[in-house]
Amino acid sequence: MRHSSTEISVERSPISRRNFLSLTAMAGAGAALAACGSSGPGGDSNSGGKAGTASYWFLTGQPGEGIRQTAAERFNKANPNNKLEFTAFENDAYKQKIKTAIGAGQAPTLIWGWGGGGLKSYVDAGQVEDLTGWFGENAAVKDRLFPSSFGPATVGGKIYAMPCETVQPIVLYYNKKVFEKAGAQPPQSFEEMMALVPTFKSKGIIPYSLAGKARWTNMMWLEFLLDRIGGPEVFQSVFDGQKDAWSNPAVLDMLTKIQQMVKDGAFGKGFSSVDAADNADQALLYTGKAAMMLHGGWTYGSMKNDGGDFVSGGNLGWMNFPPVTGGKGDPTNTVGNPGQYLAISSKATAEQKETAKKFFTSGVLDADETKAWINDGGSVPVAKGTEAILGASPDAAFLKYVYDTSVNAKVFAQSWDQALSPTAAEALLDNIAKLFQQQVSPQQWVTNMNQVIGK
Amino acid sequence: MVLPALAMFVAFGVVPLLGVLGLSFTQWDGIGDIHPAGLDSWRHALTEPGLFHALGVTFLVMALSWLFQTPISLLIGVLLASHKRYRGFLAVLYFIPLLLSSAAIAITYSALLNPNFGLGAGLNIPLLNQDWLGQSNLALCVVVFVVSWQFIPFHSLIYQGGVRQIPRSMYEAAEIDGAGRIGTFFHITLPQLKYTIITSSTLMVVGSLTFFDLIFVLTSGGPGDATRVLALEMYQTGFKANLMGPASAIAVILVLVGLGLALLLRRIGGGSASDSQLEGA
Repeated sequence: MRHSSTEISVERSPISRRNFLSLTAMAGAGAALAACGSSGPGGDSNSGGKAGTASYWFLTGQPGEGIRQTAAERFNKANPNNKLEFTAFENDAYKQKIKTAIGAGQAPTLIWGWGGGGLKSYVDAGQVEDLTGWFGENAAVKDRLFPSSFGPATVGGKIYAMPCETVQPIVLYYNKKVFEKAGAQPPQSFEEMMALVPTFKSKGIIPYSLAGKARWTNMMWLEFLLDRIGGPEVFQSVFDGQKDAWSNPAVLDMLTKIQQMVKDGAFGKGFSSVDAADNADQALLYTGKAAMMLHGGWTYGSMKNDGGDFVSGGNLGWMNFPPVTGGKGDPTNTVGNPGQYLAISSKATAEQKETAKKFFTSGVLDADETKAWINDGGSVPVAKGTEAILGASPDAAFLKYVYDTSVNAKVFAQSWDQALSPTAAEALLDNIAKLFQQQVSPQQWVTNMNQVIGK
Repeated sequence: MVLPALAMFVAFGVVPLLGVLGLSFTQWDGIGDIHPAGLDSWRHALTEPGLFHALGVTFLVMALSWLFQTPISLLIGVLLASHKRYRGFLAVLYFIPLLLSSAAIAITYSALLNPNFGLGAGLNIPLLNQDWLGQSNLALCVVVFVVSWQFIPFHSLIYQGGVRQIPRSMYEAAEIDGAGRIGTFFHITLPQLKYTIITSSTLMVVGSLTFFDLIFVLTSGGPGDATRVLALEMYQTGFKANLMGPASAIAVILVLVGLGLALLLRRIGGGSASDSQLEGA
């Protein structure tokens, strides 16, 4: 699974004669479509057969796709009258598709997503069900999940989505072999992290692998540094829409440190053309061209797949982002995806909503799905009480680390670009990219970002 | 045949255009309701420094790729028109880049130019081992180069056709007058290709306004916003930042710029650029 803000790739293919003919045929249909407006009955159009059939869209990509599909099929078998009709989409295509579908009133019954600012935009448009009352009546459903996973599902004190799947904190990975060769020790503080830069550079090794082309990858450094310097309250005030919240001195300190790292060559000279979409940043780490990498928990699985015996041979080390001396943030704090989310379309019929809720109660993260996420997915589900299965997994050490980090974190913050509204998130990513290119000064960055607070 | 063509143009050209024009006076996040917003979106789009930066990048890419493509296409076109042996073979070879999709080209080039796993690092050639897509000016040059690499074959083909239309009698007359190869090129081929040059330039200039897929995949507009052209700015504003109103305003600006440039080029061409220049035609 990839982080949700990877960029979309577009392919232009010439229109073949056949397609062209079908386009002509559609010209008439175009006028009919235009008349539909935005009030079409959501989900109805593609639910075949029984009224209780709920549509459910999710992401492709193994191992997640198989786990999602098996879970849905298992639910269908157990509930012949309340079936799920599922369709899988590629990550980037899905993000465009779901937005357009919801905007056109054609949303699936179950809206899979990352919660936070994206969910809020659906809530503001009245497109998703308020589940607060339902969770009140079904406390058992709520109680079996991590409490922290409900943060991004909550908008204005009300719960609009069911947390599902896995928790993914961002981790500081390192290559043990490279450290050994350089005679270096894993850093215990940010100052030590900085001190390691010349050590590795002098050996021709990139100190920190960073896929700068993707923008959100750069953001992870800002998230952790700001937390460690100023504590989670600084971003919280931005999130709450306080005027000029970015003007906190901790922000300026953090931005200056980031630009210093870029100047020092901490990310290597070619970082801004490294792409996360093809996992080139992970390849730098497992091929020993880079010493460390700050990245999401989901990269463990892909490094295990792609890195030969790198992970299985015990060469991958991991830790939480170390503290900054004199900083306010609790070193147990982390940031990332506290979960994935399923919301119910408000345009769905009563029967479809019933099916969706039934799926929440008996389908989502049932015993089999939970086990599959751990053993096949190499990740930690947001369900409580999985310690025994985690301990028996071949990836027990990493999974235990993720579990402990998630459970013990004083604050598990959601990734900024997911937490903020799409409008503010785009401005944020844009300015972060410019910061790493030295195209804006820290002061300008603060001014630019203050302008989009609350938007 | 006029009616179906007109119907198609109205359905897929005029109607969406009017829709976008309408949207540019509204506020819409693509999900909720559309609210009329007067000139707010225009104000937003026009006060955003991003728009003017993107316009600047667009014109720069346009100018550079025209300067780069035109002489090379012209030369290859003339070469292909005159060369007797292997002409067909060479023409096919030169034509290959045009058959590839922009996305495939962009992915291939970004892999080749990758500073860590690309051509330079793989073959250990220091000259090739630059941070091609990671430095602002270099990335812009790479974009111009890749765009040219993709479209030079197409324009060569246009020029080849143009050269083959020039009556042989002109060259024979020049030969009698004692003109050399270079002399005939500058005094016969080039003036005779005037309208071909205008056609090809119009396609290049207006086409460069719509560059999106190739740049999007190659650099995503980066590093920072160094290669963010107008079409990319429109996409980011509309589909990433959910600001459909300002994005529509940018789209309208894009249409106006394209229209203005096409008209300008037509005027330079004397208005009759599409008339035949052949004897007896």
